[in-house]
Amino acid sequence: MEAGSLSSKKTGAPKPSWASGSGSHVGDAILKYGLAGLAVGVLVLIAYFFVRLIVEAEPALSQVGVIDFVFGDSWVPSQGDYGALPLLVGTLITSVIALIVGVPVAIATALYITELCPKRFRGPLTVVVDLLAAVPSVVYGLWGIFFLAPKLEPAEKWFSETFAFLPLVDPDKVSIPNYFVAGVILAIMIVPIVSAISREVISTVPAEQKEGALALGATRWEMLRMAVLPYSRAGIAGASMLGLGRAIGETIAVVIVIGNAAVIGSTIFSQGYTLAAVIANEFGEAASDPLHRAALIACGLLLFILTLIVNAIARYFVNKAEEGQASRVPAGMAG
Amino acid sequence: MNTPDPTTATKPQASMNQPNADATPAAAPASAPTTTSVESADGREVTLTDVHAYYGGSEAVKGVDLVYKPNEVTAMIGPSGCGKSTLLRCINRMHEEIPGAHATGKIVVDDIDLYDPSIDLTAVRRAVGMVFQKPNPFPTMSIFDNTAAGLRLSGTKGVDVKERVEWALRGAGLWDEVKDRLDKPGIGLSGGQQQRLCIARTIAVEPEVILMDEPCSALDPIATLKIEDLIHELKQRFTIVIVTHNMQQAARVADTTAFMYLGELVEHAPTQQIFNNPGDPRTEEYVTGKFG
Repeated sequence: MEAGSLSSKKTGAPKPSWASGSGSHVGDAILKYGLAGLAVGVLVLIAYFFVRLIVEAEPALSQVGVIDFVFGDSWVPSQGDYGALPLLVGTLITSVIALIVGVPVAIATALYITELCPKRFRGPLTVVVDLLAAVPSVVYGLWGIFFLAPKLEPAEKWFSETFAFLPLVDPDKVSIPNYFVAGVILAIMIVPIVSAISREVISTVPAEQKEGALALGATRWEMLRMAVLPYSRAGIAGASMLGLGRAIGETIAVVIVIGNAAVIGSTIFSQGYTLAAVIANEFGEAASDPLHRAALIACGLLLFILTLIVNAIARYFVNKAEEGQASRVPAGMAG
Repeated sequence: MNTPDPTTATKPQASMNQPNADATPAAAPASAPTTTSVESADGREVTLTDVHAYYGGSEAVKGVDLVYKPNEVTAMIGPSGCGKSTLLRCINRMHEEIPGAHATGKIVVDDIDLYDPSIDLTAVRRAVGMVFQKPNPFPTMSIFDNTAAGLRLSGTKGVDVKERVEWALRGAGLWDEVKDRLDKPGIGLSGGQQQRLCIARTIAVEPEVILMDEPCSALDPIATLKIEDLIHELKQRFTIVIVTHNMQQAARVADTTAFMYLGELVEHAPTQQIFNNPGDPRTEEYVTGKFG
C-alpha cells in the first residue's frame, strides 16, 4: 500500500507541494450559493407576481365572481360591467390568425435559408429576418393602421362578398381596424422568433438523413418533406408556441389596429379588443375607480395564466424534441 | 422532361424479376427459403471514363478509368483520403451535393451517360442506389414506411407497395425478423438490422447498381458477417461496388478489387491477384500493411 491512497498518509508527514491547499475553494462556494440565490430570486419574483395579481384583482373577482368575470360578455366600466370574454376572445382570435399566417412563412423562410439559398446569401438574409424583431412594436402599429389596414380593406370587402356563406364572414361588417389586421401585424412580429428557432432546429438534421433521401431519388422538396421536416417537427411546434406566447402578450401594436371595441366581433373583420390592449388603454382612467383597477389587474392575471399555459405547452414540445434526439443516438450506434 | 430514364427505359430483363412475377403470395414462402428471395438477373455494367472529382479547387479523384462488371462485387480499397469514397459518390452524383464540389468525365450505365446535362438527377439515383457508412433509417418512419420511402417518391409509379416492401425485406434478409412489427419505428432495430433495413430501402426501388460506402464500419462482427452474406446474394441481381477499409472484408466479398492511392487508380484486378500477386509495388505495400 505504499503507493496507496493519499488520505491514508501518516499525519505528520509533509504533503508534497502539489497536494497543498485548503481542500475547499471559497470562490466556488460564493459562485454556487450566489447563483443559487439569484435563481431562487427569479422564482420568488414570479410567485410574488402571481400572488400580488391575485390579491389586487380580488375585489373585482369577488364582486363579479370568477366565472362571470371570465365568461361575461359585457365590458362597460362606466356601468360596472366587467365581463372579460370579449377581451379573451379577441386575444385568442388575433393570436390564432397570427399563427396561421406567420408560422408557414417563418418555416418557409427557415427552410429556404438553411437548405436552398446560395451560401453567400445565407448570412445577409438571416440578418434581415432577425431585423424584423428589432422594429419597435409601436411602429408596426402605426404602419398597420395608416398603411396596411386601408390597403387590406378592399381585399377584405371582396373576400367577405365572395365568401359570404362562410361562418365568421359578413360583407356588411368590415371595418378598417379589425381582428384580421391585428393578426397580420402580429404574424409579422412573430416571424423572426419562430424562424430563428426553426432555423436552429432544421440545421441539426444530420447530413446522412438528407443524403439518405436524396440517394433514393428524392427531389429537393421531397427530401425536405421526407428527411428534414419530420426530424424537426417537434422543435418547430415548440417554436410556434413561443411565437404564440409573444402574440398573446403583444400590446401596443394591437391597441392601434384592433379598434378597441369591447364586444365579441361577429366576423374576423370586426373591431375587437384584447386583454393586453384593454389594460394599456384604460389604466389611466381606472386610477380613481378601485373596482375598475382591480378588474384590469384581473385581466392581467388572466393574461398571465394564458401565457403560462402556452409556455408550458411549448416546453413540452421542445422537451419531446430533445428526448427524441437523445434516444436516437444510442439506437443508431448500438450493434 | 424527355430525358432518358435508366430505370424504366431499358428494363426488359429486370421486369421479369419484379415481385409480381410470382403472383401467388401463398406460393412464395413455400418455394423460397425464408431468408432471401432475390432472384438472379443480369446486372448492369458501369463504365467510368476519365473521371475527375473536385472539392473547390483541390482535385480528389484524378482521372479514373474503370469498368464495374455486371453481377460482380468490386471492392475499392486504399488509405484514407485516397478518393475512393469520393469516386463512389460520383457514380450516383451525390458528390455534387457537397457545396463547392463538382465532377467531370463520363460514367455510363446501359449506354446512358449519367453526366449527360439533359438527364434527370433523380433518375440517376433511382438507377444507382447507395448504402451509407452509418445506418440512416428515417427516425419518424416505421419499418414498412422506411422500406417504402423510395417507392413513394414522384419518380416511381405503378408499384404494388405492399408486395414490393415484402420483396425488398426478404431480399435484405430482414423479413423474418420484422414481419410481425412492420409498423414499429425503424430506429428500434439493432444497428445491423438498421443497416439491412437501409439495404431493403435501397433495393426496393430496383436500382441497377448498388454502391456501399463502408457499410459495416459501424457494426459488430456478427452483423458484419450477415451483411457480407447478403452482398453475396445481392450480386445475383445487382452490380455492387463496395468501399471498405477492411482488407479481409474485401477478400471475403469482392470478385475484383481496385486499389486507389492519392486520387489515382493504381490497379484493378481479380481480388486473389490483388492480395497474392499485385502488379504494382504500392499495392503490395498497402495490402501487406506497410502503409495506410
